[in-house]
Amino acid sequence: MGEAAVAEKSGSINPASRAVGLNGVTIAFTVANGTYNAVEQASLSVADGEFVSIVGPTGCGKSTLLNAAAGLIAPAAGSVDVFGRTLTGLNHDAGYLFQSDALFPWKTAIDNVAIGLEIAGVDTAEAKRRAQEWLTRVGLGNFANRYPHMLSGGQRKRVGLAQVLIRDPKILLMDEPFGPLDAQTRQIMGNLLLDLWSADKKAVLFVTHDLEEAIALSDRVVIMSAGPASHIIGDWKVPIARPRDISEVKLEKGFHELHREIWNMLKAEVLKGYAQSGA
Amino acid sequence: MSRITLLTLQVLVAVVAIAIWHFATTVPVFGRLLLPPFFFSNPFDVAERIYKWFYTGSVWRHLWITLAESTLAFVIGSLGGALVGFWFARRPIVAAVFDPYVKMMNALPRVVLAPIFALWLGLGIWSKVALGFTLVFFVVFFNVYQGVKEVSPTILANARMLGMNERQLMRNVYWPSALSWMFSSLHTSVGFAVVGAVVGEYLGSAAGLGYLIQQAEGVFDVAGVFAGMFVLSAFVIVIDVLVSMVERRLLVWRPTVGEARA
Ligand SMILES: Nc1ncnc2c1ncn2[C@@H]1O[C@H](COP(=O)(O)OP(=O)(O)O)[C@@H](O)[C@H]1O
Ligand SMILES: [Mg+2]
Repeated sequence: MGEAAVAEKSGSINPASRAVGLNGVTIAFTVANGTYNAVEQASLSVADGEFVSIVGPTGCGKSTLLNAAAGLIAPAAGSVDVFGRTLTGLNHDAGYLFQSDALFPWKTAIDNVAIGLEIAGVDTAEAKRRAQEWLTRVGLGNFANRYPHMLSGGQRKRVGLAQVLIRDPKILLMDEPFGPLDAQTRQIMGNLLLDLWSADKKAVLFVTHDLEEAIALSDRVVIMSAGPASHIIGDWKVPIARPRDISEVKLEKGFHELHREIWNMLKAEVLKGYAQSGA
Repeated sequence: MSRITLLTLQVLVAVVAIAIWHFATTVPVFGRLLLPPFFFSNPFDVAERIYKWFYTGSVWRHLWITLAESTLAFVIGSLGGALVGFWFARRPIVAAVFDPYVKMMNALPRVVLAPIFALWLGLGIWSKVALGFTLVFFVVFFNVYQGVKEVSPTILANARMLGMNERQLMRNVYWPSALSWMFSSLHTSVGFAVVGAVVGEYLGSAAGLGYLIQQAEGVFDVAGVFAGMFVLSAFVIVIDVLVSMVERRLLVWRPTVGEARA
């Protein structure tokens, strides 16, 4: 595995059916003593309908890479393409579930979900009706009139998910969406996500620091190296059949073998990451 | 502590304070009064004066004038402060150019403006409104400016990813954020509006609570001064309660301190 696998994998997706492509993307931040290349020469392809997880040590540049795919940051070198077209501004085909709270605190749950439709010109009553449907779908039908601060962390993530999915984006970008949640809630959210995803397979780029979660959810798992100049160093297909149940997937035969194999590579990067940020 | 106990204790404070005041101004200790009534009046005279004001109805006109001046100062000051604050926050160059002047004007003690406003606008209500305006304006201006500047970058990025254009961002993100800051300073700005009105009246006018106090002072009518102060305090408390009610209504989406989440 490793470099060879990356090359093989990226090559195997026909550019036309590829939802997101990162082609040798470098992202540089201006810092006090010059520039800092958080990500350098990162390449990754996500096929239409494919669920890909990015795993890497904390601070390696996962969010940064996702921001590039969203068009929120322009790469210093390389390019991003979306369904075959090079991205120049925001990625309008993508819905983005952010790592930190991004709900509008002054809007109720239902208004938070409806806003995406309202700004697209859907009339208010219709937008609200569909927002209520989505809230019900994520299990929050009775929480429509709550403000974000009256919801638990897990409930806020559900509202966020509904807010993004109601617009029916072709690509779903998710940045450690279940990061701050407890283990049980993560499993429930994971199953919910798989349910919603299997209904109309979107291309998903899912960032997590939890390898088990990545394997349980994804078609493919990619590993990023520790920063700076982070890039994709490993790419694995997950050979587990769908539909899956997150809590049972860990009992599957292939799971442990794959976990061990990926963890061997990831562990080294995590240790490197600690050494660098400690220095 | 239960509500009843708290209320009882609060009332008790007033009773004790008034009792001490009464004792010191009416009961001689070793042949002399602790507080000379000429300078401190006494609770009964003051109460009688307040009663007379309301009984004859002469005080209503003054209350009404002060209320009108405060309200106008608050409304105009808030509107002006909000618009200019919003404009500066969205146009950093404008903000940079005007920065020293804003600081300069804000540093100026507003009282010195009262005679100028009286010259420009006469002794009627508008000179008081202008004084209140200069106070309210800056409070609202700074809060709205901050509110627009401090919108969480994640919320902003989220709004843009959801497809908002510049105008929709204004309406759905910048304005609510700015308004929430403005509303959180509502007590301060309303308080300043009243201060502006009363100080303006005190320094030169023909009506209002400030005028009432100033008139009483002019003839060493201490009972009148105290009565004026009590009516003014009650006036401010009533307004403050109203503001609290409005605030609770407007900021329902905000966690109260106790329930704030990480
Ligand atoms: N705006 C910025 N300016 C400078 N450095 C940044 C900025 N944003 C992120 N970084 C740095 O880039 C690296 C990657 O950050 P990030 O993508 O957030 O990591 P993570 O993998 O934990 O999501 C980190 O070392 C971080 O300090
Ligand atoms: Mg991150």
